[in-house]
Amino acid sequence: MYWSWEVAFDVLPQLAKGVVVTIQATIVASILAYVLGLGIAILKMSKSKLLRIVLYWTTEFIRRTPILVQLYVVFYVLPDYGIFFEAFTCGVLVLGIHFSTYTAEVFRAGIDNVPKGQWEAAKSLNYNQVQTWKNVILPQAIPPMIPPLANYLITMFKETPLLAAITVVELFRAADQYSNSHYKYLEPMTLVGVFFLIVSIPSAIIAMKLEKRFKQRKI
Amino acid sequence: MKEVIAFYPILIDGTITTIILTLLSAVLALFISFVVGLSRISKFKIVRILAIIYLEFFRGSSALVQMFFIYFVLPMWGIYFDALTAGVIAIGCNLGAYGSEVVRGGVLAVGKEQHEASLALNYSPYKRYRYVIIPQAIPVMIPTFGNLLIELLKLTAVASLITISDLTFMAHIIRVQTALTLEPFLVILVIYFIIASILVKIVDIISNKFSKGRNIMMAGEN
Repeated sequence: MYWSWEVAFDVLPQLAKGVVVTIQATIVASILAYVLGLGIAILKMSKSKLLRIVLYWTTEFIRRTPILVQLYVVFYVLPDYGIFFEAFTCGVLVLGIHFSTYTAEVFRAGIDNVPKGQWEAAKSLNYNQVQTWKNVILPQAIPPMIPPLANYLITMFKETPLLAAITVVELFRAADQYSNSHYKYLEPMTLVGVFFLIVSIPSAIIAMKLEKRFKQRKI
Repeated sequence: MKEVIAFYPILIDGTITTIILTLLSAVLALFISFVVGLSRISKFKIVRILAIIYLEFFRGSSALVQMFFIYFVLPMWGIYFDALTAGVIAIGCNLGAYGSEVVRGGVLAVGKEQHEASLALNYSPYKRYRYVIIPQAIPVMIPTFGNLLIELLKLTAVASLITISDLTFMAHIIRVQTALTLEPFLVILVIYFIIASILVKIVDIISNKFSKGRNIMMAGEN
């Protein structure tokens, strides 16, 4: 079986449509993961022990079970209870929630890394809660968080093909549909692989550079 | 729920397949981690470049795409794998790429004086790594390897898409046969959670064992 450019060009328009869906899914899911993750991180610092325990086991449950099965649960189970989502919404929700349990760790570590003296200093300057977070804690906590958060963005991007399993026509499913209708497997699948490589390798390099830069700033 | 429990034989089959798939891919991934990870710090530039190409290739593209490539595209070139082998290769190669970074990080975390000391003792490169560097690097690697093992377990669910009859695949069979949705998926989610929790516990125990030995060694030094 040889590579055929004809097939490759034939499949490209369909793949281009898939790329748009893949990128949309990545962006929406990552925003959800960051917002939810920050929320979980803040709630995990709560004084209520019960809340912390419940949160711990919920996030561990989400982290220790496969995304694919979680996708099936949301896609197949919720409609039985009268909750209907589009496949795309289901996929984005699951991806976002799954990775929020990972980003929560990043946020928590970032906040924990701010030395205790900074909190005390803010207190002694009579800063209120908002001023403390806005002027003292977050400016120091956020820069070291950026590289790991960027890495999770890349990870989420690479997990989007799973949405194909719940009928979202993103890049991978677009290629698969073409393969099945034309009996051409080599070109579509290779192009999908190449696309993932061209996006994720440069982004990984950027994330690495960011990491180096933020490390230098930290004294 | 009763209907799902009536299907327990295939659930057990699925669990066994998932465990086999996890163990085989974990062995392959561990092997690749060490080969690629140590190649990354080789003296020879060509070896380093090959290792980086491998790493970026498997880490840069999606695991599902790699699996489909191995299972559906390679047969076009006359390379046939059955589904389980294709799954093990794809998962092992994918996680091996992530693991190689762990090995590299662990080896680099071992102090420079240890390298120099083993050089001073005229150890051959093999002996240097076998007796001095790797034993000290392993305790650093174990927790991260534990996390990767959970990722690996989660990735085995994806292998159901290339027709491996693991837990996820069985849940689909039950769903189609009983028209129930919540119960089969809930059951397998719990099974996955239990397997993962057991793995976490095992890694914890191993990690404690290694760090204990390390403390004694350090205490002896003082």
